[in-house]
Amino acid sequence: MAVDENLKIELGKQGVFVTTIQELYNWGRKNSVWPMQFGLACCAIEMIATTMARYDLARFGAEVFRPSPRQADLMIISGTVTKKMAPQVVRLYNQMAEPRYVIAMGACAISGGPFKQGYNVLKGIDRYIPVDVHIPGCPPRPEALIQAFMTLQKKIDQHHLTGEGRPRYLDAEAQGEFPVPEFGAHDLEPARNKGVWVLPEEIR
Amino acid sequence: MKTVEEIQAAILAAFPAAEVAIELNSSPSAQHSLRLGHAHAVAIATFLRDDAALQFDYCSNVTGVDWLDREVSEKVKVKKIVDGAEQEVEETVKRTVPGYLEAVYHLFSTVHRTGPLVIRMKTANRVDQVAMPSLVPVWRSCEFQEREVFDLYGIQFTGHPDLRRLLMWDEFKDHPMRRDYVEPDDYEYEPTPHDHVQARADAHKTAAEKGAA
Repeated sequence: MAVDENLKIELGKQGVFVTTIQELYNWGRKNSVWPMQFGLACCAIEMIATTMARYDLARFGAEVFRPSPRQADLMIISGTVTKKMAPQVVRLYNQMAEPRYVIAMGACAISGGPFKQGYNVLKGIDRYIPVDVHIPGCPPRPEALIQAFMTLQKKIDQHHLTGEGRPRYLDAEAQGEFPVPEFGAHDLEPARNKGVWVLPEEIR
Repeated sequence: MKTVEEIQAAILAAFPAAEVAIELNSSPSAQHSLRLGHAHAVAIATFLRDDAALQFDYCSNVTGVDWLDREVSEKVKVKKIVDGAEQEVEETVKRTVPGYLEAVYHLFSTVHRTGPLVIRMKTANRVDQVAMPSLVPVWRSCEFQEREVFDLYGIQFTGHPDLRRLLMWDEFKDHPMRRDYVEPDDYEYEPTPHDHVQARADAHKTAAEKGAA
């Protein structure tokens, strides 16, 4: 299906533009990712800085922070996810329309960070919802968030519209709703979504 | 500024039957505190707030302390018959001091610009008799702080207008800041374990390996 790159350049020189529906589709999608206006802790301040004039996330087509999950494409988990907040984060993610993406921003969102061995902080939001890009840092610099955003754009650009490797929102069979954890007597129940978070195998 | 002894004397002059003891702080800060009995606590607190010479009108901080049961060994002289003759022999006797929960209040006077005056109250034990009077009727700023102490230490403040958990969810049963709190065992994945985390992660490893074998 893919058009030969050199041929495309040659044709471009002659004033002929060749593309595929897939390229057009991904190009449009990756350049209008609207994040949700949603901040959890100090990383949110860096996220706000990223959208402002100095770093200007608008250059990447993501200047419109939507205050409703129904209108947003990207959830930036910017900060510490406490166990009390985790069900609300999953619920908000469920309320977003497909296609939807998640960036886990900062040490807390990816692993619990400095609060990892505490009693009240989730050890990473990827225990409940699928995360596209993880960025470490405490908090990450705006450049790191932009890097994560560009990584996400590259990821969107490589999506196939059909076939086995197609993204979840193009697969009618795929699971779209993620179970919201319940408040238990000692911890959230369940402590992780086994369909989303698989224990990594350790190399010994 | 009045010393703790002077404040204690003022309280005892106003309430002769009140239990007020001084807890000395031997550290360089020498921040001595007053331990109040439950019966007169609210009356004494009102007095501390309203007395013209004291006017502790601002409660800046409420916190909890968990004191576990501890063993104390004391040397006691006992008369015993040794080699046919009665002699005094020193013996070490171990005694368990029951633990308790404690609430600590820091008071300031914005009028006299003095403070902090530290007052403490303790519960009878740390299991079933965990009540103590609430000081919210005296200092409104105690409300959320007493709720936090209730949440994390499990002290029941009688007379509190709205004693619910503040930080943890309502269904939560434990009190996480107590010293015997057992956290949920979610150590199945620890990429860089060390010390006690490593011990708990290893416990998972062996259990999983046993299950596989």
